[in-house]
Amino acid sequence: MSRDQDMTRTDTADFEFAPPAPVAVSGTETQAQLIWRAFRRHKLAMVSLVVLGLLYFVALFAEVLAPNDPHEVNARYTYAPPQEFRLFDRDEDGGWAFRPHVLGYKVEVDQVALRRSFVPDPDKKIYIHLFPRTHETRMWGLFTIDRHLIGVDGRREVLFLMGSDRLGRDLLSRLIYGARITLSIGLAGIVISLLMGVIIGGVSGYYGGLVDNVIQRIIEFIRSIPPIPLWMGFAAALPRDWSALQNYFAITLILSLIGWTELARVVRSRFLSLKSEDYVSAARLDGAGDFRIIWRHMLPAFTSHIIATATLAIPGMILAETALSFLGLGLQSPVISWGVLLQEAQNLRALADAPWLLFPGAFIVVTILAMNFLGDGLRDAADPYGDTQ
Amino acid sequence: MLQFIANRILTMIGMTLMLSFVCFFIIQLPPGDVISAYAAELAAAGDSSGGQMEEMLRERYGLNQPFVVQYLKWLRNLLVGDLGYSFNLSKPVSEIIESRIGISLLVEMLAITVLWAIAVPIGIYSAVRRYSVGDMFATVFGFIGLAVPNFLLALLIMYLVYVFTGTAVEGLFSAEYANARWSLGRILDFLSHVWIPVVVIATGGAAPIIRVLRANLLDELNKPYVVTARAKGMKESRLIMRYPVRVAMIPLVATVGWVLPTIISSSIVTAIVLNLPTLSPILLRSLLSQDMHLAGALILFMGILTLVGTLVSDLLLAWIDPRIRTGMAT
Amino acid sequence: MEQPVLHVSDLSVGFSVRSHVTDVVHGVSFDLHKGETLCVVGESGSGKSVTARALMRICRPGRITGGQILLNGPEGTVDITALDDNDEAMRAIRGDRIGMVFQEPMSSLSPVHTIGAQITETILLHRNMTDAAARAEAIESLRRVQIPDPETAIDKYSFEFSGGMRQRAMIAMALACQPEILIADEPTTALDVTTQAEILRLLKRLQAELGMAVIFITHDMGVVAEIADRVAVMYHGRLVELGPARQVFHDPQAAYTRHLIGASSRFSIARDHDRGGTLPPAAPKPLLEVRELDLTFRKTTGFIRRRTKEFHALKQVSFTLHEGENLGIVGESGSGKTTLVRALVGLLNADAGSAMYRSKDGRSFDLLEPGALRGAGLNREIRMVFQDPFSSLNPRMTVEQIIAEPLILEGRLPRREIRDKAAYLLNRVGLPQAMLTRYPHAFSGGQRQRISIARSLAVDPRLIIADEATSALDGSIRSQILDLLFDLQTELGLSYIFVGHDLGVVRYFCDRIAVMHKGELVEIDRAARICQQPTRDYTRNLIAAVPGTDPDHRRLIAAE
Repeated sequence: MSRDQDMTRTDTADFEFAPPAPVAVSGTETQAQLIWRAFRRHKLAMVSLVVLGLLYFVALFAEVLAPNDPHEVNARYTYAPPQEFRLFDRDEDGGWAFRPHVLGYKVEVDQVALRRSFVPDPDKKIYIHLFPRTHETRMWGLFTIDRHLIGVDGRREVLFLMGSDRLGRDLLSRLIYGARITLSIGLAGIVISLLMGVIIGGVSGYYGGLVDNVIQRIIEFIRSIPPIPLWMGFAAALPRDWSALQNYFAITLILSLIGWTELARVVRSRFLSLKSEDYVSAARLDGAGDFRIIWRHMLPAFTSHIIATATLAIPGMILAETALSFLGLGLQSPVISWGVLLQEAQNLRALADAPWLLFPGAFIVVTILAMNFLGDGLRDAADPYGDTQ
Repeated sequence: MLQFIANRILTMIGMTLMLSFVCFFIIQLPPGDVISAYAAELAAAGDSSGGQMEEMLRERYGLNQPFVVQYLKWLRNLLVGDLGYSFNLSKPVSEIIESRIGISLLVEMLAITVLWAIAVPIGIYSAVRRYSVGDMFATVFGFIGLAVPNFLLALLIMYLVYVFTGTAVEGLFSAEYANARWSLGRILDFLSHVWIPVVVIATGGAAPIIRVLRANLLDELNKPYVVTARAKGMKESRLIMRYPVRVAMIPLVATVGWVLPTIISSSIVTAIVLNLPTLSPILLRSLLSQDMHLAGALILFMGILTLVGTLVSDLLLAWIDPRIRTGMAT
Repeated sequence: MEQPVLHVSDLSVGFSVRSHVTDVVHGVSFDLHKGETLCVVGESGSGKSVTARALMRICRPGRITGGQILLNGPEGTVDITALDDNDEAMRAIRGDRIGMVFQEPMSSLSPVHTIGAQITETILLHRNMTDAAARAEAIESLRRVQIPDPETAIDKYSFEFSGGMRQRAMIAMALACQPEILIADEPTTALDVTTQAEILRLLKRLQAELGMAVIFITHDMGVVAEIADRVAVMYHGRLVELGPARQVFHDPQAAYTRHLIGASSRFSIARDHDRGGTLPPAAPKPLLEVRELDLTFRKTTGFIRRRTKEFHALKQVSFTLHEGENLGIVGESGSGKTTLVRALVGLLNADAGSAMYRSKDGRSFDLLEPGALRGAGLNREIRMVFQDPFSSLNPRMTVEQIIAEPLILEGRLPRREIRDKAAYLLNRVGLPQAMLTRYPHAFSGGQRQRISIARSLAVDPRLIIADEATSALDGSIRSQILDLLFDLQTELGLSYIFVGHDLGVVRYFCDRIAVMHKGELVEIDRAARICQQPTRDYTRNLIAAVPGTDPDHRRLIAAE
């Protein structure tokens, strides 16, 4: 759209031969309003925003939403397949009633291969209740709860909506807890990268000269080295006796150590292009000092870009964490992340027996896709004025 | 032009030095060192010469000296081909690398070739036939490549092949050919295995290239010089290949520089999952057992490989871009 | 009467917007005769380029929605509207029988092919000959457009040429097959005025040589007056006037044509009127005295082998400015005029020299000292208006915030008074107060420039530096802005330094003119003197290159 088309021309003094004004914006919208309007048009991005909102909601309330204790080992049910889930049940007088339930397992032993396998038992209905009193959990490490969103009655029954793993742990609950670690590591990593990127990129762009040159070389260097081996190298060097928390932070830090470069590059180039904008020069001539120029005139112009770039960088973080954990160099069991869960699927035999172990993979794919769509939408909407390039 | 090449080569040498420093830093990172671990192992096995041996090894590897001195020593050894010693595999590192380098490079090159052969036509097609069914497919393919982690894709293909054919494909050769000499049979066997890593690496790597090429070409298609060519009376198909595609390829070649590290990265993970007889699984094993000299050398080696690849792409860029060739830009 | 080479009747061109088609060209009809020049003139967005492209069927994504285009030749008549965009027959016409030249020679030529490759290609597309013969032909066509040493030039890339040479190469390409019709779409708009004059002369000569008909599209009435045999005036997609050049200039029928001619003749440098007669009495001490200002740009490249590229942008520039005076600075692009004023306000750092400014309270300051402007509060007295009204206003601030920024920074007035003053200023520059809450994107170019001016008036200025402040505006709006600046001068006793490349406008606005060339100030004198009796060759060429305003008195092209 050309600039001439989207403006209201109310000043007839300028336009003796003014055309009828095109459908006009009122001209009083703030930047945020314009960005939101442009973003809303991006359907995929809107859907992604909802999906990601749900995922982060799940991660935040994992304790309430997970039906089982993710660490509870159940030797009777190793590699149990996902249970058949039904919403309706025949009640006593023969009609259908809304009573969500799953089918219990029947164990069959294959005489030839001498392998146990679980098959659904249509006679064994396990009813699902809302907020039943089951196991105790520390919520956010603050207080104890013993009710969870869904669960089954009785200690003897099990609920494996997504099947169980090698030790008979509930995959769904592990997935929910894993979401917390995987999704938060992406966010934490991006926050650290963002801090590094904004500070280093800003310094580079603002001071220029030798400082800029040295920083640019370092960025170029980091970007020209394959990241995975470096990450692996650093991760492998972490002391084995560190606690899960220490490990978590160390891994986040290692990921950010490489992840900041893209953000720094964006910040710097935006900084340089803005520095030469006429309106920044005009502000300088108005008598604005460095701080006011950066804060009032330059920062608003690139926050939206930075948010978009940061969103697009989160998938990289998540992928890196999952890959490292998958290889056994990242987070270690008993910490649960999606990468750690996929480690269980590394072995082809296990995979052939229990293909549901790939469920975490599906969640990774959905998350990454949503992040990318969201980032694309934000990037397209980030500059409603088209005042660059 | 010469200045451009000289500049690139100098930059690469500088980068290699920085990389070697980082690698040495990684080697030094774990608390304690290999020697003490080795000595402890010997002692546990009841070997009483452990103490002396430890001292001797320390002396030999200069472990009692300051970091920088150790680094320079290590660097000097590198230059004469002494990459250190793997205590876990009880072999010199150079020997280990030598035994697997050929197959590593072969798989890598094959994957990159296939990747470009897929990505470039798809990119051109989806820009020229924008919003067509083919373009939609390309977009979906692109997003899959973007969102499915390589190891997951490798696992999936392995799983599917297993489900449908009942064979577990791992590695690059069947047992009977694993240590055989090259023959027609071995080549066929190799091809029947190698397609999995190639597909996995290419799928992940093609996505960004398709995206970049498509975006570049869409930009170029609206440039005035395309209208000029049209005003000459040129055929549309020939015009597109001759002008906008040609121009859009230039930034694409420059893209190799930043795509290559990602491709190498993903090929490492893929090779580990598929247990290929390349250097990557060795890297993982050495890291898991903190055999840092081997790991450091491997990281250095893979990094240098990437830098060389980037250098080649830079030179290619100089060759296809007249602005660099004539010295108008550096 | 002879049959026209091109007959256009009732031509309409439309673009699809979502599901329906909107016409941007409505029912345009004209004939084009052999050997004549038809100038199509109109402001941006009037549909003149689209019309031209429709003639060659390269107006995608737009398409012809009605009318007829007939191309007459020795072999009979071709109905262009009946052909398909990419028909063999249509392609045979493009480049062979109709050639086209575009506005931006840099982007209209492929950056990765040599000039020769691009010209030879055209020839090979339409002529059955060997590569060597085509190459010889291409060299010939380069020679025809007076490119020196065509044998070597043919193997060069477009970026190795200067702007004027590029446009010559472009013309050589369009004429490689000696077409019957040449369509030139604003071919001189991107060029300096002296280069424009050369290209216009060249086109005229080639036209006579090859006997072709030319459709020349432009927005500049001066250029029209110089070269047109007939003129077609377009306004909002319609042809509002069509007739012989003399008739259109001397007896315009349409109101819009009268308006166009009025706006351009006002800035004729041949006019006798100028402000020189009312030059204010020189104060004993000048307002600004610039002495031997020197500035070099340095660009350091390479990390390992550092090398510095130097560009000497300002060489020993000296001039004075008196209170109440308007000083114009003219020169071609790259002559250093913008660098000069940016150095004066401290946006660039000068290497040597001085610029002594006498402030309101009579003290003297050297503007070239780093931080001088802000340190002494001179940024309130010396204000700047920028060229591009689209990039000089922060798109994220409301008009009120923009105008109030200097007042807030000054910190003298309380909030409420700042608001009142912003409202007053907006009114003063001719915009309604209600617009204070709007953002810049809701305004047109002329309105934005008014806002810029309001910002420069916020704190009592004495000297306003206008850097090409009217260059980006269309003719009529330009004169309105200049009038506003005059009014403000009388009211507030301002002095102006007015940078421009259009000698007519500068002469109209300024008392004295300084001419810059390659970083040097080559001449400075009263406006009338500079325009009538320039002493330097460079100035003379510059003035000789300015198009006239009357087809009876052509300044560039000798009338037949």
